[in-house]
Amino acid sequence: MLTLATRSSYRTVLDAAFLRGGDPGATAIVYLSATAEPIVITRAAFQRQVRRYAAAMTAQGVRARDLIVIAHTQNLECMVAFWGALLIDAVPSMFPTLTEKLDPQIYMNGITALVAREGVRAVFTTDDFAPLLRPLVTCAVYGTSDVPTDLFDDTPIAAPDPDAIAFLQHSSGTTGLQKGVALSHRAVLNHLAGYGDAIAITPDDVIVSWLPLYHDMGLIAGFMMPLIQGIPLVLMSPFEWVRAPAMLLRAIDAYRATLCWLPNFAYNHCARRIRERDLDGLSIASMRLFVNTSENVSDASHQLFYDRFAAIGCTRAMLSTSYGMAENVFAVSQTRAGELPRVETIDRDALEHERRAVVVAADHPRAVVRTACGTAIAGTQMRVIDRDTGALLGDRQVGEYVITSDCLLTEYYRRPDLNPIDADGWYRTGDIGYLADGCVYVSGRVKDLIINGGKNIFPGDIEAIVNEVEGVYPGRVVAFGVDDVREGTELVAVVAEVRAMQDAETLHRINADIRRIVSTRAGVTASYVQLVDDRWLIKTSSGKIARSANRDKWLRERAEAGAS
Amino acid sequence: MTESELRAALRDYITRELIRDAAYPLRDDEGIVSGGLIDSFALAELGVFVEKTFNIYIPDPDLTVATMDRLDQITARVLRDLPK
Repeated sequence: MLTLATRSSYRTVLDAAFLRGGDPGATAIVYLSATAEPIVITRAAFQRQVRRYAAAMTAQGVRARDLIVIAHTQNLECMVAFWGALLIDAVPSMFPTLTEKLDPQIYMNGITALVAREGVRAVFTTDDFAPLLRPLVTCAVYGTSDVPTDLFDDTPIAAPDPDAIAFLQHSSGTTGLQKGVALSHRAVLNHLAGYGDAIAITPDDVIVSWLPLYHDMGLIAGFMMPLIQGIPLVLMSPFEWVRAPAMLLRAIDAYRATLCWLPNFAYNHCARRIRERDLDGLSIASMRLFVNTSENVSDASHQLFYDRFAAIGCTRAMLSTSYGMAENVFAVSQTRAGELPRVETIDRDALEHERRAVVVAADHPRAVVRTACGTAIAGTQMRVIDRDTGALLGDRQVGEYVITSDCLLTEYYRRPDLNPIDADGWYRTGDIGYLADGCVYVSGRVKDLIINGGKNIFPGDIEAIVNEVEGVYPGRVVAFGVDDVREGTELVAVVAEVRAMQDAETLHRINADIRRIVSTRAGVTASYVQLVDDRWLIKTSSGKIARSANRDKWLRERAEAGAS
Repeated sequence: MTESELRAALRDYITRELIRDAAYPLRDDEGIVSGGLIDSFALAELGVFVEKTFNIYIPDPDLTVATMDRLDQITARVLRDLPK
C-alpha cells in the first residue's frame, strides 16, 4: 500500500494498485443501483476497460497533456474514461453531473465556457448530450457510442513526470467561473500517504460512497484513493442515495464496509429520513470511520446519527471529522483513527468581537459549541493569521487559516493572473477559525460563501439570477445562508424588494418565479423567499446591499414574528 | 378521512415543514420539486411523514419527482392505499 514508509516506491498515480499487478481477481469497484443488480469489477477487468478506453482516446487523436473533460452522469464509463485519460498522460477533469433541477442550457453554457477558457481538447459525454453540445464548442465531443469498445486493451501505460499535472478539480460554484485546481502526480501521492497515515488505512478497508466524483471528497476519498491503494470501492449514484438514504447502510452491511466520507447534512438526512423498517436486520458494526467533512461540522448532527444508529452498531469512536479543500488535494486535517473529535463550548461574543475562543460552561448565556476537525495531516502545516495585517496569531486567536504542504496545487489552470501560493509557500484558505493544541476549529469564511449540502454557492450569483425576475426591483435583492439545525447545513434565503400593495396572486407568481429560477439556473433550492416592500433592504454608505446586516435584520424579524 | 381532509393535511405539512412558509398559497397542480419549492431530499421526508401519519408505506422507487411532484399526485397516491 501507499504509506509514508512506501511513498518513495511510487512515482505517479499510474502506480495504482489495479495497474501494478497483485491479485487480478480482487474487487476494484462494486457499482450499486437501486434498480439493478450490483456490478462487480475486478482489478484486472477495470484495467482492461481502462486500456481499451485509452486506446479509443488515442485513436480519436487525444495526446499527452491534452485536457479532457468528462461530463457524464455518475456511471462506470466516467470512471473508466478518467483513468483512460491518465493512462495516456492526458489531463482529465470530471465536470458536474446535470441534475434534474438545473436547466440543461445553463449546464451546456458552463461546459462551453470551460472549453473556451481552458483550451479543452475533447469532451466525453452521454449520447444524449453529445449532439446538443457539439455545435456549441470548438473542441471534439464524443458520446458513449462514439467511443469504440472493441479496440485492443494493450495501450502502454505512460510514464509522466511526477511533477506534471495529473488532473484538474473544478470548484462546485454555481457559475461558469470556477477555477480549475491543477494537481500534480506528486501532490496526489503525497496526500494519499499522509492522509492514509491519519486514518490508519489497511488492506482490509472497504470504502463505501455515494459522493459525486466531480467534488474533491468524492474524487479523492471515494474514487482515487481506493483504486490507488487497492481496496474495494462500493459506489452508488448520489441521486439514488438522496431519495433512498438507506442504500448507504445496506451497502455497509452487505460489503462489510469500513470507511465512509459524508458532508454534515448527510448525517441528518440518514438519521431523519431512513425508515425504521429499512433498518431491519442491518448492521453497520463493520465500520471504522465515518468522516464528516466539506461543510460545517456539527456535534449535534453526530449525536443525532449516533442516537439513531447505535442500535445497529454505530459507536461514537466511528464519528470522525476532517477539514479540507481541493487546493490541498482533499484533506488538510483529520482526527486520528480511534480518537474522538474534540468539542468545546466557547463564548460567542468573545469569538465575534474579540476574535478569541474563550471556553465557558455549557449553560453560559452566550455558549456556542464548536467541534474540532482534528489536527493537520502529515506533510501539511497550518497557521492562523490576521486577515488584515497578515500577522501570525497565537493559539485560540481567530483569524484566517493559511497552509503549506507537500501536496498543494500547482496552479489554477490557465489562470496566470491568480497566484494562490505566496513566495514562502503558504496558501490563504479564505476560511476563518482558530487552532487550539493543534486542533482545527473552523468558524466561518472570509467571503459570504454559502455551503448547502456540501455545495458551494456564491450569494452574488443567486442575487444576479433573482434580479431577472419580473416584479423584483433590479439590484434590490439579497441572498444569504441560514444555519439549519434540522437539516445540518446552511439553507439559502432570498429577500427581494417588490412594489408595495400588490394583489396576492401577483406576489405568489413572483415568489414561485424566484424559487423556480434559482432552482433551474443555480441548481439549488431557495428555502426561504421573502418579498418585502421598497426600502426594506439595508444599504452601505456606498449604496451596496449590506449582506450580513440584512441577514441579521431578517433573522431578527423572523424571531420576533415567531415569538409573537 | 375524506379526500379534502387528506389534501388539507398534506398541504399543511408540505407548506409548513418542507417549504417552510405556512402562508405559501400552494396550488394543487404546482410543481413542488420541479418548481424549486423543495429539493429532492424532502421527498424522502415526505415518505417518512406519510408512513407515520397515515400508516402508508410508499417504497423508495415511488418517491420520485415524476410521481410525487404535485399535491394532486401525492394526494392520489396516499388515497390509493388508505383504508376505505
